[in-house]
Amino acid sequence: MNDWIDIGTLADIPRLGARTLDTPLGEVAVFRTGDDDVFALINKCPHKNGPLSEGIVMGRKVACPLHNWVIDLNSGEAQAPDEGCTTTLPLKQDGDRLLLGLVVSTKKVAHG
Amino acid sequence: MNSVPRQRLVVIGNGMAGMRTVEELLRRAPVRYDITVFGAEPHPNYNRIMLSSVLAGEKQIDDIVINPLSWYAEAGITLHTGDPVVAIDAKAKIVTSASGKAVPYDKLLLATGSKPLMPPLPGLELPGVVAFRDIADTDAMLKAAEAKQRAVVIGGGLLGLEAAWGLKRRGMPVALVHLMPTLMERQLDVEAGGMLQKDLTERGLHFFTSGQTERVLGEAKAEGVVLADGRSIPADLVVVAIGIRPNVDMGKAAGLDINRGIVVGDDMATSDPDIYAVGECVEHRGQVFGLVAPLWEQAKVCAARLAGDTVATYATPALSTRLKITGIDVFSAGKLAAEDDGDEEVVFRDATKGVYRKLVVRDNKLVGAVMYGDVADGGWYFDLIKGDTDVTELRDRLIFGQSFADAGCCGGAKGSIDVAAMADDTQVCGCNGVSKGAIVSAITEKGLTTLDEVRAHTKASASCGMCTPQVQAILSFVTGADAAAPEAMCKCTDHGHDFVRHAIIDQHLKTQDAVRKVLGWKTEDGCAKCRPALNYYLLCAWPGEYVDDYRSRFINERVHANIQKDGTYSVVPRMWGGLTTPDELRAIADVADKFQIPTVKVTGGQRIDLLGVKKQDLPAVWADLNKAGLVSGHAYSKGLRTVKTCVGSEWCRFGTQDSTGLGVKLEKLMWGSWTPHKVKLAVSGCPRNCAEATIKDIGIICVEAGYDMVIGGNGGIEVRVTDPLVRLSTEDEVLEYSAAFMQLYREEGRYLERTAPYVERVGLAYIKKRILEDDAGRKALYARFLFSQSYAQNDPWAERASGGVDSHEFQPLAVVN
Ligand SMILES: Cc1cc2nc3c(=O)[nH]c(=O)nc-3n(C[C@H](O)[C@H](O)[C@H](O)COP(=O)(O)OP(=O)(O)OC[C@H]3O[C@@H](n4cnc5c(N)ncnc54)[C@H](O)[C@@H]3O)c2cc1C
Ligand code: SF4
Ligand code: FES
Repeated sequence: MNDWIDIGTLADIPRLGARTLDTPLGEVAVFRTGDDDVFALINKCPHKNGPLSEGIVMGRKVACPLHNWVIDLNSGEAQAPDEGCTTTLPLKQDGDRLLLGLVVSTKKVAHG
Repeated sequence: MNSVPRQRLVVIGNGMAGMRTVEELLRRAPVRYDITVFGAEPHPNYNRIMLSSVLAGEKQIDDIVINPLSWYAEAGITLHTGDPVVAIDAKAKIVTSASGKAVPYDKLLLATGSKPLMPPLPGLELPGVVAFRDIADTDAMLKAAEAKQRAVVIGGGLLGLEAAWGLKRRGMPVALVHLMPTLMERQLDVEAGGMLQKDLTERGLHFFTSGQTERVLGEAKAEGVVLADGRSIPADLVVVAIGIRPNVDMGKAAGLDINRGIVVGDDMATSDPDIYAVGECVEHRGQVFGLVAPLWEQAKVCAARLAGDTVATYATPALSTRLKITGIDVFSAGKLAAEDDGDEEVVFRDATKGVYRKLVVRDNKLVGAVMYGDVADGGWYFDLIKGDTDVTELRDRLIFGQSFADAGCCGGAKGSIDVAAMADDTQVCGCNGVSKGAIVSAITEKGLTTLDEVRAHTKASASCGMCTPQVQAILSFVTGADAAAPEAMCKCTDHGHDFVRHAIIDQHLKTQDAVRKVLGWKTEDGCAKCRPALNYYLLCAWPGEYVDDYRSRFINERVHANIQKDGTYSVVPRMWGGLTTPDELRAIADVADKFQIPTVKVTGGQRIDLLGVKKQDLPAVWADLNKAGLVSGHAYSKGLRTVKTCVGSEWCRFGTQDSTGLGVKLEKLMWGSWTPHKVKLAVSGCPRNCAEATIKDIGIICVEAGYDMVIGGNGGIEVRVTDPLVRLSTEDEVLEYSAAFMQLYREEGRYLERTAPYVERVGLAYIKKRILEDDAGRKALYARFLFSQSYAQNDPWAERASGGVDSHEFQPLAVVN
């Protein structure tokens, strides 16, 4: 469906942290969880565009640094009671390489 | 005064039951006896059940002493420690000790406890094999743990599991061999035992269930164990905890009736009417004992009898058990399962939450409860069992616990704990045998206000924690305050800030992982609320040891700049006491030009703010500022921000002291320190107070006679004027007192609590007590502050601009076109 772009290795991203990269779709944040899962999202909070890459990562969520909305890394959804969704991008691990799919994922998540 | 000569009471066994009997006796009949106590162990009386906590590193030996040596002296008791009694002449009424002391008695009390059961296995005599009964055993295990060798524990009951967990906590790999297929089979049913094994396996213990130990390997010392099925487990330490049997040696020596234990009647007298016995050495109506709760009752009856009472009788109360492994909640009382068709079991399971509950009902009464995971209702079930309460009305909701059951109508059971209806001698804390009356009088006499204080003074709720809700209810009942459990730090834990901080110190927790594991956090990595708090608490508790975790800091503290609403940053260099120089100003101007910084502003804290810096420019901006000698102003930190000053006596015609110079000294002393929330200071040269010192966390107002120190002010949303603390006469005093207050706030302020609410919470009187009335305490606070500062005063900008710290923060991962 699309080209996978090599953006570096798992070790480039601090555990429970994030790095950013510039792409034609805008700045993308790549997160690494405590158990070494990785996720890519457009680096904009659905609230007021806060840079999610600068938030505190906990489990599979990140708390936005500006007003503390909590965003699900997998779905991009804001945690209730807040509402909104950040675009997620496909990301896969191939050996220790990280491959980013530069298409907007159409993952649909039901609202709770 | 003493017309009647006192009778002589000799007590053999300086343990829990014996000394409790003596305490009760002294209360009832303080002058009736001359008391002599012989103890085989070389220690005063201590709380044996807390040896598990000593082993796990949660307590020190000193913490578990019940009666220190001074208590014996004050009570006029002659104590011989480390000197066991070896012979009793019941006819002549004389006991003889190992060291040769012969002491005559009128009444004799045997309280010799029990001995660890040692199976007849080859190799048990080897060095490296220990039981788990007393301080000496515990010391032996701790020594082995220091060498980080491997351990095998034989026995999967309460004692064996607590030993295994303690050793594991000390860093040893631990295997546990248990004869039965499930753990704690006498207290738990198969399902709860299985959940326990699973949880402990996840915590790193290895289990060999249905494992029969055949022998201990080794020639000169223990090297492992071999099981009957041929498996062998290497180990350098073998702990045998398969059970206990009453220590009847002294009963035999006195020629008393012995069965499994020393036989006593309902009056706690043995077959010799002048010899009494209490504790694990006795057998009462065919029953022997292994838990402390019944011993308190025995002690009471025995003391009454010794005091001349002729009616007090002993009956064994219902018993409950709880495993003392932090973070693992197991409770059981009464029957474990239905025993015939008339019995009924009600079971509740929530596998994802790891919760299991089974109740056994007979004739409309609760006769047994087994709980795993969530044991909050254990006390309530236990009350229903003890009270023989008819539960017909509660029946359908019983399994869901008290609050749910009470939501409907309720027969006998009360919704909340009814403190008023509780009799004074109701035993609230089973582990330490503390009655409601004792708790109430400690609260009123000593003016206690917190659960921790009640624990410290009465020991109630300080052991297994089962009775915490009752103790809390009594506390709020007596003080009238709502002493309900403090608010939890966040959703990851039920513990409040203060509890966690104490635990960090008491249990020597030095990493966030350790805190979360030991205190039973519900999440693996915490959340945005608790992580920054834990990071701060650890940093404050272990300066120089704990490594700051930047992933647990808010962005501003992580990149040492303030994030602005458009994602750019602001940069504020430090200007000591508000002073600057032409060179510094030029450097700032150059940086603003070079990096096209859109806004340059003077802040309320007397320094210059560069706003709109892009993240990737930060290191270069800092490098240029560093070159001119400018360092981070920590305008972003929960730490010391600014020290605002006025020009003072150097220039101002009203100035009384050098307020600017003093401000610089304060800032140099305190910069770089991390605190629960931001801290701002100010120094004014006279009471006209141009530096606005009365709305700062610490303000100094110079006067002719010296320096007025004021604290706890705040200029934010809720303005609070400072409270005057003290007038000081020298600058050195100002530095010492300010730093001491700062350290007190650092150690006791809750994360994100500013000094204003902190001072209101603890009260100015308390702060005066700590800073003014306790000279040694203040100096110690000051010393701790200086020690901590010796690790804190590194310019974070320099570390990042040129030191390579966190360089990944400022560079993109990749560029994709
Ligand atoms: C590690 C551990 C954890 C425990 N945890 C719990 C728990 O959670 N809950 C619970 O209810 N119970 C627990 N227990 C059991 C509880 O500690 C005992 O029930 C209680 O200590 C028994 O009191 P006692 O006075 O009968 O015996 P002890 O406290 O053992 O006192 C007997 C004393 O007599 C001394 N002695 C023996 N012979 C002589 C002699 N000839 N001359 C002089 N002195 C002599 C012994 O050295 C000993 O000091 C635990 C026990 C241990 C070891
Ligand atoms: S506070 Fe007093 S000394 Fe300081 S500038 Fe104002 S008037 Fe002068
Ligand atoms: S911009 Fe993310 S919470 Fe406001």
